[in-house]
Amino acid sequence: MLCNICNQNEATVHLTQMLEGEIKKMDMCESCAQKQGVDDPSGISLVDLLVGLGPSSTESQPKTKATPLTGMSNCPKCGYTQADLKKTGRLGCAECYATFDDGLEHMLRSMHKGVRHKGKTPKGFRNTRELEAKTKKLEKELEKAIKDERYEDAAIIRDSIKALAHAISEFETETATS
Amino acid sequence: MNLNDFLIPTQDICRRPGPFDRVVLTSRVRLARNLQELPFPGKANKQERQQLLQTVQPVIETMPVMKEGFSEEIAKLTDLDRQILVERHLISRELAKKTQGAAMVLSVDETFCVMINEEDHLRMQAILPGLQIKEAWKAIDKLDTMVETKLPIAFSSQFGYLTACPTNVGTGIRVSAMLHLPGLVIAEHMQQTITAVNKLGLAVRGLYGEGTEALGNVFQISNQMTLGESELEIIERLNKVVLQVIENEENARAKLLETKPEMLFNQIGRAYGILTNSHIISSKEAKNLLSLLRLGLDLGYFPDVDPAVVDELFIVTEPAHIQYEAKNKDGEALKKTPEERDIRRASLLRESLEKMPGPVMDASGSPKD
Repeated sequence: MLCNICNQNEATVHLTQMLEGEIKKMDMCESCAQKQGVDDPSGISLVDLLVGLGPSSTESQPKTKATPLTGMSNCPKCGYTQADLKKTGRLGCAECYATFDDGLEHMLRSMHKGVRHKGKTPKGFRNTRELEAKTKKLEKELEKAIKDERYEDAAIIRDSIKALAHAISEFETETATS
Repeated sequence: MNLNDFLIPTQDICRRPGPFDRVVLTSRVRLARNLQELPFPGKANKQERQQLLQTVQPVIETMPVMKEGFSEEIAKLTDLDRQILVERHLISRELAKKTQGAAMVLSVDETFCVMINEEDHLRMQAILPGLQIKEAWKAIDKLDTMVETKLPIAFSSQFGYLTACPTNVGTGIRVSAMLHLPGLVIAEHMQQTITAVNKLGLAVRGLYGEGTEALGNVFQISNQMTLGESELEIIERLNKVVLQVIENEENARAKLLETKPEMLFNQIGRAYGILTNSHIISSKEAKNLLSLLRLGLDLGYFPDVDPAVVDELFIVTEPAHIQYEAKNKDGEALKKTPEERDIRRASLLRESLEKMPGPVMDASGSPKD
């Protein structure tokens, strides 16, 4: 099978995608695939298509408009930049998820069923889960207290929420470094 | 230890029974995990990848299921060994290309395989014959839980298990079933099937996963989304879809048998003719014809023939397996050109199928007793 683009080399990259409800197939040789930026269909093209970052090689896109990924531009831990993320469709380290938090949520929303993890949780983290559930409950109570103009109650609830947030962050750093 | 002394002989692998194994070849569940402290393999430097390997490999080796397993750095395997592992679906093509810090640990029964320093620090998978997605999940979940007590795994309460690629984050799970669907392909219903499966948020891929062609009418159905759903929800959905596809495949076969028996017999008979008489055959052609032979077996056209013989030929006619056979049998260590392999493949097929009688079928199209 010959490459659909250059019609010269043997096609070794086979891309199948659903576009507008139709299955589109492309057969390309390795060098054309690389030029098209589809040498890894799981990463680059998916990210590009879904987030609208544009192909990593596109220079015509003005920088300010090119990316919805806002927030810090460099990961303090591994030094990964937004440009790296855009180019590879991958993150550099676990910390990158916190660094690129805002833009990521937008990206993940288009890839997945939701943006909050619902599955298995490592043993140590189960405690954090409970704390977070408690926080949510308190936040609702706080809202109600403010609505009812019970400001003293609201203050107490707010303090509890703060304490919980502190406990969660301490717990997470503890688990991460242990 | 030599890899080939370790690997289970192909004829034994092919004789392992599993539920729905007329259609489902294997079920696989893979988990992607990373350590909190080190950069992901794509970003890590040589030293960091080596450090990761030294931390992780001993932990995996000491897991009970890995007792007497095969643990080796990819760099220490020959090109041929790596290719054999890819052809057996034990490691990914991506891992086979990596050297610095990349390693694999394989259990003695070949159910569990852990890849180290692939796209993620750890890629742990369980493979079982036939439709056993839930069983594969239970098995890998147990291993993962044990690994978690020994290693600081990167996890956030919001995003779940953190992975190099955002498409795997959350559960880090990839559930897949490998299906043989000649009925749907011949009946020209495959496109519809792919569309329907895609609509349910699942991907349909070829024999070797992402970006590969569906050779020999073998397709992989797998989940794409990993975040916002629990592992069990993902598994339940995939299981349901696979059961539906099995039913459609069986219906397509029955319908073909009823409406176009001559066409079916013609295709299967020709496949038998070519496989038993060719002198040059590519891996692709061999696979597509073997698929028809296997269909003929399923439909009862080859009474008294063990399906494992045909299933084994699917594996041993792959390029690296051909090369390995040449090396072992005749001591031909020189790397064969594709043309030489095509000749060798044809002779292997003729020899293996020599004693297999031709298809038996009467004029009405139903198999003879």
